[in-house]
Formats: sequence, C-alpha cells, structure tokens
Amino acid sequence: MLGNLMEKFRKSDVYKSIFRHDYKDTQRNRALQILDNVWLHLHPVRLPRHGVNLRYTWGMGGITFFLFIVLTITGVILMFYYRPAGEYAYDDMKYLMNDVPFGPLMRNMHRWAAHGMVITVMLHMFRVFLTGSYKPPRQFNWVIGVVLLLLTFLLSFTGYLLPWDQLALWAVTVGTNMAAATPLLGHEGPFSEMLGVRMDNDVRFLLLGGTQVGPAALIRFYVLHCIFLPIVIAIFMAVHFWRVRKDGGISGPNQ
Amino acid sequence: MDQLLYRIVTPSDNFATIVLFVLVFICCYAAFKQMRENDKRGTPREAEQSDKVQTWPYLVRIEFLGALAVMAILTVWSVLLDAPLEEPANPSVTPNPSKAPWYFLGLQEMLVYFDAWIAGVVLPTLIVIGLVIIPYIDFNPKGNGYYTFKERKFAITVFCFGFLILWILLIVLGTFFRGPGWHFFWPWQEWDPHKIVAMASWNWPEVFGVPTRTIDGTIHPLGFLIGMVTVLGYYGIGVLYYFRKKNAEWMKKLGVVNYGIVAFLMLTMIALPIKMFLRIVLNVHYVWVTPWFSV
Repeated sequence: MLGNLMEKFRKSDVYKSIFRHDYKDTQRNRALQILDNVWLHLHPVRLPRHGVNLRYTWGMGGITFFLFIVLTITGVILMFYYRPAGEYAYDDMKYLMNDVPFGPLMRNMHRWAAHGMVITVMLHMFRVFLTGSYKPPRQFNWVIGVVLLLLTFLLSFTGYLLPWDQLALWAVTVGTNMAAATPLLGHEGPFSEMLGVRMDNDVRFLLLGGTQVGPAALIRFYVLHCIFLPIVIAIFMAVHFWRVRKDGGISGPNQ
Repeated sequence: MDQLLYRIVTPSDNFATIVLFVLVFICCYAAFKQMRENDKRGTPREAEQSDKVQTWPYLVRIEFLGALAVMAILTVWSVLLDAPLEEPANPSVTPNPSKAPWYFLGLQEMLVYFDAWIAGVVLPTLIVIGLVIIPYIDFNPKGNGYYTFKERKFAITVFCFGFLILWILLIVLGTFFRGPGWHFFWPWQEWDPHKIVAMASWNWPEVFGVPTRTIDGTIHPLGFLIGMVTVLGYYGIGVLYYFRKKNAEWMKKLGVVNYGIVAFLMLTMIALPIKMFLRIVLNVHYVWVTPWFSV
C-alpha cells in the first residue's frame, strides 16, 4: 500500500519537477547525480583514480573548505550572543561560557575549527608544492591560493581580539605593533619622519582606529572578521575552485 | 610533568601547535615515503592510477566520510578542551611574555634577531612575494602532479627548509620554549621571571675591535664600512655565483632577472639562520649600523 503510494508519487509531476532522474545505479545516473546537483556540480563527473587516493591529496583543501563552513555556522550563532563594544564584549563572553545552552560547545568549536583551518590550509599548500601542482597550467591558481592563505591568517587574527580578554588584547597588540614599524608608513619605521608620519596618522592608527588597541579597534576587527573578510575570502574561494576545474581538475602526471 | 601539562594547555591555544606538529610529521612521512617509492620505480605510481573513476560514489563518499570524521574530532576536542578566556582586557597590565597568536610566533621569533621593520614587515612581505613567484621562476617541467624528489631536488629542499625549519619549527619554539622576557625555557621548566641572560652586547665591527660609534655618538666610519662590506659582500655571493654559472644550461633558461630575484630571496632566507647563529653564539646585535637603520 505504502509502496504503491510511493510509486505513484515518484511518477507525479511534483516529484519529477524536483528530481530530474531516478536512482537506479547506472553509469548515466551516476553522472547525473553530479551534474544535476547544484552543490555537487563543482566536481567533474569523473576523475583520475589517484585523485581519490588520500595518500596523494591528503584531503587538506577539502577539509579547509569544510572547516570554513563550520566556522560560518558557529560564527553566526556566536554573533547572536556577542556585542563588540568595550563595555559588553567580555561580559558577553562570560555569559556565553557559563549560561548559554551549548554556548561553550559553539565557542570552542569555532575556536578549534579556526585553528584547524589555519593548520589545514598550510598543509594544503605544502602538499600542492610537494606534488608540483603549481606548475603549468596551474600557476595562477597557486597565486590565488597564497591570497587565500593570507586571508585565513587575517580572519583568524581579527577573530583573536573579539573575546576582549588579556590574551586577545596583548596578542593583537604584539601583532599590530608590527604595523607601526612599516618603513615610511609606520611611526616607528625607518624614513617615516620624511612623510610626516606620526603615532596618530600612521598605518597602525588606520588599523586600530586609535593609538592603542581599544574599543575602536574592537569594532573594526569585528566588522572585518564577520563581514568584510568572509565576503572577500568567499569570492577568492569561488575563483580558486573554478580554476581547479578550468585548469584541468586534480593535478596528475598525465597532462 | 605537571609543569609540562600546564604549559601545553596554558593558553589552550597551545594545543593547536601540537596538532600542527603531529600533522606535519605525518604528512612529511607520507610525502617522503611516496617520493622514495616513485623515484625507485621510475614511473610514478600516480601515472598508473590515471584511469577514470566516477565522482559519484568514489569521491563523494570520501568527502562525506571526511566531513563526518572532522566533525567527530572537532566535537570531541570542543567538549574536552575549553577555548581560553583570561582576565578582562586591561591595557595597563602587560603580561610577560606577550605572545602573538601561535601562527605568527615564527615572525615574533624573528624580532629577536632583526629590528621590527625587517622582522615584522619586510621579511613577511618577502615571504609572500617568494610564495607568489614560485610558479613563475620554477621552470623545471618535471615533477608536475606526482611525488618526486630526484627530479626536483633544489625546489623541494629549499621549500622544506623554509616551511619545516623556518616556519613550523620556529612556531613550536615560540609556543613552548619562550617564556618571560622572551627568554629560552624548556617546556617542563618553571618560568623564572628574573632569569638573567647575557644581552647581545656588541655589534659585528666590535668583534674585530672596531667601535660602531665614536665617543660623541656618531657612526664610526670604519665600523660603518665593515658592516657595509659584510652585508653587501654577502649578497655579492649571488653575483659571483652568477658569473661562475653564466653559461650553465639552467642559468640560460632562468635568465638574469629571474636569477637575481631567486638569489636575493634565497640569501635573505638563509640570512635568518645566520643572524640567529651570530646572535646566539657570538652575541652580535647588529651587523651593520647606519644612521637610518640597522641590520
């Protein structure tokens, strides 16, 4: 009876409007499974066998992308509980860690996934180098990959400030003090007096919105972390994945 | 032992460095093993696996299982270990040591050996430039899409030195071996905030008995000269090597401009361990002091 109904449903216009093909295990359906699915169609329909061999690829690029998705989801959840203002930020963190149901889990997962993404993106680069996969025709995709590596560092670094505790404040102070040492553009860098660069108009001031890491820096890093950098990295990722396909798919010895 | 455990999880971000170290170790093992295998076989194993398989199910199932595994690891990690949350931010209390996030600790370590504008700005910029130009200066067509060492000895040696030693190892050093005052401590050793360490007390010319500055504080001309000759002479190695290898096959392929870029980046990279040696062993602060900058 139920099977009969299912069968009828499968033949209905409604079902056919959603699923373009049946599930019988045929060569054609396996291809359509990839081609007719918006999420899967980033893949080629077929790929060389060494491309599914983890010993070759290490799966690090894919894991990096997956961690980015995990970070987006957990990050949005964290945004519901967090206000990027000097008065509130730390208290919101305490609230999140002590009173919000699953708050610690969400925050820990965001933190460890972020560190994980930095690790996997570095290992992905390492693998691509060791297999010579940056060689023609993939030279430019390597360059995009370097940009993605930098964006990953920047995302992680801007997020590091948001807990607004001592660890965050001083890690970001150490990091942004580097900007003050930029030649010409930082007030502690060589040749900067020649341009009239001072503590309150140099590149570090631009980054922090002040002469030290304070509430103005917090809101800047928050906006960069939650809006600007994710959009930019998503754009570069789209180009990166698209180029992987356009440059001939997974690298290999026969091309 | 307690001290060691405490060091590993304080702050708990340190654990990421351990994960990094272990994964790098596993990856290196896998990579070098495949390099050796392929080099022994002649034709790389990848070439024999180039017949096509369907993405559905052979790739999609790996991605699915991989996502499950990552999610499982991440959940366990998140349940067992809390992200760090210290005292509220307080600009008037500077912790000692103040450390950058773990992935920048290699750069922070360079601050010991170079002024901030080199360690924090110039060298990171050169690292990025060096990474970006790799595909455009590596004209060796071999080793594209398979593991090999024999066919790319130079490229792999240089990259592994930069990545494994100067990046990963310095991160580990900065995370676990640097304490108050950025002094060296073993991870199982208690941090003594009053540790006394000999400061870098002299500059390179003073090693030869020539002062860096005269009594009234201006730069000593002979000291300036020694520093300049040392630095320019060091980069001159690249020029000399060019004239020795001018007629070599690879040099003609590379071209003089590309060679200049590679030589400059290479020598700058090797300058870091050299400066580390000068600082740690000979206590040398600067090699070349000028009125505008010191290196």
